[in-house]
Amino acid sequence: MAAIAVSVQQADFDVAQLQTALLAGTHEEGAVATFTGYVRCANDQRRVYTLELEHYPGMTEGSITQIVQQATQRWPLLAATVVHRVGKLSVGDQVVWVGVASAHREAAFSACEFIMDYLKTRAPFWKKEVGPEGEHWVSARQHDSSRAARWQEDGAP
Amino acid sequence: MMLTVLFFARVREQLDCASLELLWPATGFDLDALQEQLCVERGAAWREVLTQDNMIRAVNQVVVPGNCVLHDGDEIAFFPPVTGG
Repeated sequence: MAAIAVSVQQADFDVAQLQTALLAGTHEEGAVATFTGYVRCANDQRRVYTLELEHYPGMTEGSITQIVQQATQRWPLLAATVVHRVGKLSVGDQVVWVGVASAHREAAFSACEFIMDYLKTRAPFWKKEVGPEGEHWVSARQHDSSRAARWQEDGAP
Repeated sequence: MMLTVLFFARVREQLDCASLELLWPATGFDLDALQEQLCVERGAAWREVLTQDNMIRAVNQVVVPGNCVLHDGDEIAFFPPVTGG
């Protein structure tokens, strides 16, 4: 049974601390794959000053937990952690962290990517960008849906 | 029966409303009927927002792709496509 941890929070996070916490101390882990998402200075050729992230308290945590559980059913994982920030963020800030521990790298790489692809299309978060022309809600991207959909194709790991 | 209705992100701003508590006298009420009731009660501006393309509806924090029967105490949410990560 993989150890799953999910946190939706305003506070920033320390990736080194999160990665250490991911390890159980039994030294069964041969691989940890992690992903960190940051606030970019531009999106769709628009300058971004700040980002406001809204979520659906309860459903967001539940959706992420479900996505991580799907990953643990698909790959032999030892532990998986997802931390996602909400509230007001600035350019360069960390937004999201996914860490996956497994005995071997294939499972860790794949599960980490799977979790991010599903998180982007299933977990209820909404981004509002604030830039020189004012504020606007970010639109969902077809590219993100396509990336998530490819995990359902036949022959996927 | 008592229902809680939540609105998020662009939908919340367009309606200028984050949540509603609704008392519905009858049973056998469904999601489409709730949406229609809100459109009738609140007027054209609400109809325009709630019937826009890609609107996602959830009942008790689970996305419902079509229609479904509602029960006392249900939490219904309307929101745009998600953009996290």
